[in-house]
Amino acid sequence: MPAGNPVARRGSLRRREARVGMSLIAPTVIIVLAVVVVPIVWSILLAFQRVRLISIQSTSLLSGYTLHNFVGVVTAPGFVGTLVTTLVYSVLGTALSIGVGLIAALALRHRFRFRGLVRSLMLLPYVAPIVAVTFVWQTMLSPQFGIVNHWGQLLLGWSKPIAFLSESSNQVSLFGWHVGIPTALITVILFETWRQFPFAFLFLTARLQAVPATLEEAGRVDGATPLQRFRYIIWPQLLPTIAVLSVLRFVWTFTKFDDVYLLTGGAAGTEVISVRVFNFLTGRGDIGLASAQALVIAVVLAVLVGIYLRLFRTREEDLT
Amino acid sequence: MTTEIRQTRRLTRDSVETGTFAVLRWAVIVVLLLVTVFPFYYMLLLAFRDLGAVLNDPGALWISAGQFSADAFRRVVVPVASGGEGFLGFVRNSALIAAGTVLITLAITIPGAYAVSRLRFFGRRQISALFLAVYLFPSILLAVPLYVFFAKIGLRDSLVAVLLVYVAQTVAVSIYMLRNYFATIPVSLEEAAALDGCSHLGTLWRISLPLSLPAIVANGLFVFMTAWNEFLFALLFLVDDRDKWTVSLGLSELTGNSIEIPTTVLMAAAVITTVPIIVLFFASERLLTEGLTSGAEKG
Repeated sequence: MPAGNPVARRGSLRRREARVGMSLIAPTVIIVLAVVVVPIVWSILLAFQRVRLISIQSTSLLSGYTLHNFVGVVTAPGFVGTLVTTLVYSVLGTALSIGVGLIAALALRHRFRFRGLVRSLMLLPYVAPIVAVTFVWQTMLSPQFGIVNHWGQLLLGWSKPIAFLSESSNQVSLFGWHVGIPTALITVILFETWRQFPFAFLFLTARLQAVPATLEEAGRVDGATPLQRFRYIIWPQLLPTIAVLSVLRFVWTFTKFDDVYLLTGGAAGTEVISVRVFNFLTGRGDIGLASAQALVIAVVLAVLVGIYLRLFRTREEDLT
Repeated sequence: MTTEIRQTRRLTRDSVETGTFAVLRWAVIVVLLLVTVFPFYYMLLLAFRDLGAVLNDPGALWISAGQFSADAFRRVVVPVASGGEGFLGFVRNSALIAAGTVLITLAITIPGAYAVSRLRFFGRRQISALFLAVYLFPSILLAVPLYVFFAKIGLRDSLVAVLLVYVAQTVAVSIYMLRNYFATIPVSLEEAAALDGCSHLGTLWRISLPLSLPAIVANGLFVFMTAWNEFLFALLFLVDDRDKWTVSLGLSELTGNSIEIPTTVLMAAAVITTVPIIVLFFASERLLTEGLTSGAEKG
């Protein structure tokens, strides 16, 4: 390049940099557009069409838009029940996993021998293959030869085995009151807690390490007890992380498919929305209905997250 | 006088709390450790116990002498033609898919992450936002259109379809992790290379890549684990053809059929599915957790 005007030269370097940058990022953008963005748009179109799996070849992209599928989704038996189940499952699953994760992060905060190993072991439920861990849980909880029922009957005096994963309601009398306990739903929520608490644990541990030690030292000097130091020094530092974790975990649990499908198949009062989408798609082969149901999930989720962000407006900037 | 009393009370409350938490802390650690590790221990226990012994004494917490048996593993790995479950075939499928996903993902995200972290170009910020959105996006919402699309072009039950979906699902988090790591490499090193006449690609190849090798390896292992563990799309795309089953799909299909297959055999299959992941996890844990949470420390 001839030694010309330095300003023009810098300009051409900038252009070159931009060109290289775009070409380097292009493959990633293309695959994300092709396998994520375009399918989402298409899915929205499908939700407004009467499409079944057997007729997919003959359905054109632009024909016959109708609200028929949405009427079908809302009027299908169990729609409200599924929505409530999904809400209970995701709210409790989110809260419990973050709560247990926080307790674990606090308990492992100070150095001790083998802390590194203990930390790694606590991440196992989160990294292990979901199919393997759900199968182990099924076996442990089995009414026939499950180890939980065995020791429960032996040590805790259960009169008969509990069908943890196939019983929608268990009558328990408490001080003369007969209460129905949704056994299977509670079990899948506890599984979710077990599976997901390491995620919260990991992020809260990272955040705890970044809290300056001088802050707590100052609290100690001023005579704050451990509980007070947690409440007034640690907790405010963790709050933004907990707010972000709540959104992430809620979104992911609300749309979770694998865990419930593998544990109960959606039976015994545990049918969550994503299992319903799957059943509409593969069981009935009704693409339009499945797309509409998926769209309903997305809208409900967007509304719930919107409300959350509005309630915790000050935290909004932490999400981005 | 009064201040002195208050001070002693403070001290008592402080020491009571400190003492309680010292005990509570160990109780919490022990309980959590038991709860997290026990299912994995139970998995091993059942896989290596003799079936008759398990049915006779389901509550046993260890393998007593004479009950040890590796028959379950033998039956799992032997091909279907010889009366086994052919699990090694599933292992091969999973390994192929996972390795393919790693190679393709890294090949496109290393340059991509470099571009996002170092080069100024139009739309850089929007692209980061797009990837964040993709990372957050629930895969069940993609299930319907992708299923229909691959069915329509006749590729539904192919490993290629699964590979493509896995790449699309891992690129976002891969770019995010690599970008964070590239950002820690001093720019001055790259500037020196540029002064010596290196092009952007040359700098990436000669400077950034070798320096970030640990992060790239950790990222590759993470992608491998994600692909190995994936269940929904394997189920949607590959369930009709047993020869194409992955370990996760194979295990779930076999357990759905557990009347004919003994639990100990299925546990052996679960062990084979889980062990590679645990080994990879322990090999890469430090790098992995740092890579994932490096953004979180800022709050």
